[in-house]
Amino acid sequence: MGRTVINIEDAVVSYREDIALRGVSLEVNCEEFVGIIGPNGAGKTTLLTIVNGMGKLLNGRVWVLGDYLTPGNSHLLRKKVGYVAQVQNIDPRMPMNVREVAMIGRYGVLGLLRRPSKRDWKIVDEALGLVGMSNLAQRPIGHLSGGEQQRVAIARCLAQEPELFLLDEPTASLDWRAKTDIMELVKLIHDSRRLTTLLVTHDLSSLPVACDRVVLMREGLIWGEGSPEKLLTDNNLSQLYDIPVSVVKARRQEAISV
Amino acid sequence: MELSIFGYQFMQNAILSAFLGGIACATIGVFVVLMHMPFIGVCMSHAAFAGALLGLWLGFNPLIGAFALSLLSAAIVGPLADRGELSPETSLGVIFSFMLGIAFLFMGLMPGTKSGALELLWGSILTNTRSDIILLGIVTIVVVGLVFVFYKEIQATIFHRDMALSVGIPATVILYGVLFLTGATITASLRSIGGLLIFSLILNPAAAAYQLTYSMKRMFLLSAGFGVLSGWTGLLMSYLFNLPSGATIVVTSSVVFMIAAVFSPKKKVKGWQQKLLVEGRQ
Repeated sequence: MGRTVINIEDAVVSYREDIALRGVSLEVNCEEFVGIIGPNGAGKTTLLTIVNGMGKLLNGRVWVLGDYLTPGNSHLLRKKVGYVAQVQNIDPRMPMNVREVAMIGRYGVLGLLRRPSKRDWKIVDEALGLVGMSNLAQRPIGHLSGGEQQRVAIARCLAQEPELFLLDEPTASLDWRAKTDIMELVKLIHDSRRLTTLLVTHDLSSLPVACDRVVLMREGLIWGEGSPEKLLTDNNLSQLYDIPVSVVKARRQEAISV
Repeated sequence: MELSIFGYQFMQNAILSAFLGGIACATIGVFVVLMHMPFIGVCMSHAAFAGALLGLWLGFNPLIGAFALSLLSAAIVGPLADRGELSPETSLGVIFSFMLGIAFLFMGLMPGTKSGALELLWGSILTNTRSDIILLGIVTIVVVGLVFVFYKEIQATIFHRDMALSVGIPATVILYGVLFLTGATITASLRSIGGLLIFSLILNPAAAAYQLTYSMKRMFLLSAGFGVLSGWTGLLMSYLFNLPSGATIVVTSSVVFMIAAVFSPKKKVKGWQQKLLVEGRQ
């Protein structure tokens, strides 16, 4: 860990009349695992989209992996950034199997007019093996459960061989077992591939284990950042989510006892 | 059956037109079905009809008017739907009714006989000329060629556009390229099938293929096969029973879809999903 790979300076993003980010600045170091939490509408997803060049800045600038992002270079940068979104509603009749969907991760790297080679398929098969999906490789993608689909999304990112790993609530709407499995997988991949990881989540119980640093966001601003142990106190969470401390305590207790 | 009819030039032209139009329309249909954008296609086909009538009324090539107005409608509806400013149903309701309205307005303003306009409305594959076939042939080669060359980018964009963008694929360019090809295909097939019916030939073969396979490559091939089958069978029905050819082609494609839907192995998906839900609850 050491050199900076992401440097966001005074970023402002707006969706029509709503301001999603109100001047956010953040530095992330190489191989760091940063968790981002906050209530809905805090700007967490938008923060990820300006890092992979899919979000449009009204003001400020973003430096990623050695370059300032511009509309002209963002598609090149995205080839080096793995992005796992929330569980998607995939058409159960979609005519694609798991292996083909994981291969999409290679398409950007391959570029136009080039077909996947045997080496590309080998990379995909290894990625599917790592996420425990080899046995379902030929199954139609729409026939998988939410947890399995997220594993395929992670395999797609791995096939991309990224330098940055962005995850936007990858465990939202999954059951407890699938949540813990996915979080363990993410941590394993982060450590073994020495990636720089940004994770947006509502799953507070997993953060102290997984993250080096936590960023708390509220109303389009960074409300606090630091180590999970120091920052994720009942008092801080009470203020962040605007709920009484007793409720925070009760919910955290529930999460532990599940 | 009297087969000497197939020796005539006009019938050979019609058979070739049905072959080329069937492939082009059915290939475009795969995008329309898998990208869930039938509303854009319906708007474009009716806009093409209105544009062709504008050309007839003002005295320029109807195909230029058809191409221009179908692209204009895609340029308006596409971004609106893309940004979520209009729901697909609203876009369809507004643009579809507007295009049909101005189409009939142009028809009403047209002086003299309306036979040319009616041909564009119902289609007249039996009167297709060599130049119509050349245009259809060029469009078909371009459509099939681009699908072949950019298959992986198209596949990723069809699967999930934002995901395709996130791995560095120019998914927005692919989407607007598909709309452009849709406009070109509708324009080239307009005289054969007719402005009111063309969209059925785009949608039905692809929707039938969608019922039968979990492979996208196979879906493209099946769809093209069903498109040609609909064209040729419809043409034969038209000849045997002395019926309008555009209508028989479209009705045949609808029957193909219904048969595919009845025998679809994907009907099991529903039962399979319910089983998963039950297992999830346990």
